Amino acid sequence: MKNLLILGAGTSGTMMANHLLPKLYKDQWKITIVDQYKTHYYQPGFLFLPFDIYTEKQVKKVGKKFIPSEVNYIQKKIEQIFPEENKVQLEDETINYDVLIVATGSKIAPEETSGLTGPLWKKDIFDFYTFEGALALRNKLRDWEGGKLVVHITEMPIKCPVAPLEFAFLADDYFRKKGIRDNVEITYVTPLSGAFTKPTCTTALNYLLVEKGIKIETDFAIESVDNDTKEIVDYEDRKIPFDLLVTVPTNMGDSVIEKSGLGDDLNFIPTDHNTLQSLAHENIFVIGDATNVPASKAGSVAHFEAETLTDNILLYIDGYPLKKEFDGHANCFIETGNNKALLIDFNYVTEPVHGNFPFAKIGPLKLLKESVLNHWGKLAFRWIYWNMLLKGIAIPFVSRNMSFKGKVFDIKPEKK
Amino acid sequence: MSVKTIAGKEVNVSDDGYLEDMNQWNEDIANEIASEIGIELTPKHFEVINFLREKAAAKEALTIRGVGKSGVVDIKGLYKLFPKGPLKFSSRIAGIPKPTSCI
Repeated sequence: MKNLLILGAGTSGTMMANHLLPKLYKDQWKITIVDQYKTHYYQPGFLFLPFDIYTEKQVKKVGKKFIPSEVNYIQKKIEQIFPEENKVQLEDETINYDVLIVATGSKIAPEETSGLTGPLWKKDIFDFYTFEGALALRNKLRDWEGGKLVVHITEMPIKCPVAPLEFAFLADDYFRKKGIRDNVEITYVTPLSGAFTKPTCTTALNYLLVEKGIKIETDFAIESVDNDTKEIVDYEDRKIPFDLLVTVPTNMGDSVIEKSGLGDDLNFIPTDHNTLQSLAHENIFVIGDATNVPASKAGSVAHFEAETLTDNILLYIDGYPLKKEFDGHANCFIETGNNKALLIDFNYVTEPVHGNFPFAKIGPLKLLKESVLNHWGKLAFRWIYWNMLLKGIAIPFVSRNMSFKGKVFDIKPEKK
Repeated sequence: MSVKTIAGKEVNVSDDGYLEDMNQWNEDIANEIASEIGIELTPKHFEVINFLREKAAAKEALTIRGVGKSGVVDIKGLYKLFPKGPLKFSSRIAGIPKPTSCI
């Protein structure tokens, strides 16, 4: 028997287990998946938790439920990968592998920024990229009476790059409905040169910030948080005061990647952009947030990657060349508040465009335009996630590579 | 993309002024782009520029964090050398592509 080992039972790892089980010969391959945590979180829900739109229950389930019973599921901590010896050390056992899939994701590293985890952490400074953070922020917002709200990104890349902007939009809506919007000043602070990470989006969507009265501070690379004066300070001594700071700390790959010597500066694994094979070891494949590929760290990307990676694992074990197929395709809903959302579709080289999705001329979803239908699409996605995506069921009519049908290239894309 | 004459040499530049081909670069070009931005280049600037060019030639992704850890200059120092846009301006002066940030 040969061993296919998956590290991480989050979105990517769970999808890979579901994809591969029916495709690998059962008398030749044994699939094992390892994750130290019992709970599988619906991470897109962390955006809605602080505003009491979702409850705790709606964003967490027992992870094992989504792993097929024929897959060997081990709930243990991963200590180290030994790529030269094809083995992985867990807390109290060692597993050998023939093929390894690393799906260990990314996590926030607030300790990377000086002063961030100081006396104000979880009192006036919050993250919403963890379940605990989003929940603590919800409790804070329930009684907060207003002041300066600063929504802040520390450095790129981050998981779900549009989430902080969505947070600002939803905050605007939340305080309006509470009747205290006049008491709240919202400032959006980014290390990038525009609100959106893609220039075409900034061109097409900047009006949203104006409409909602959200101030923006660009090119702000944070050096530290001053807990006494309640300010964030950048490397050029620019200071932005806050009463409530909602920050997206530095995102990094898992510490096991660093320990195993497999990662870059941020513990992300150098990975072939199109095949998803690790650049250093041919029997190691990487998927989702754990890679260093220049695509969004998002569930939709992981979903498209999983389809290509499944084919490539099968090709690899039969000794065929891999498909250079993955194009960085991402497909994201952006909540804009007031029960509306935008939908964007893009890949490594093509920036988000206008048009209809998924059907040319028909839609029904509109790209890069606010609509109520897109909002329902985003909310429906939670059902799709638990019931289709994790189980490796293809989303109807949405292909792994970006389609150019029904798209209008009317915004000047920036040349890469 | 267009052709532009910088320091007496015709070079291909992108819409936002980055060299399309890093092999067309020389120190005179660096000096001229820098003075356009309002920076006067010192030997320390060139240490950073050469580091960036080596990384770009090796197709390694450039980040402020990466430069800060390089031992050539720390992040605070990088901001002092290239105020307002340490990576954007240093890359433009170094004749390498604009650093991309991922969405």
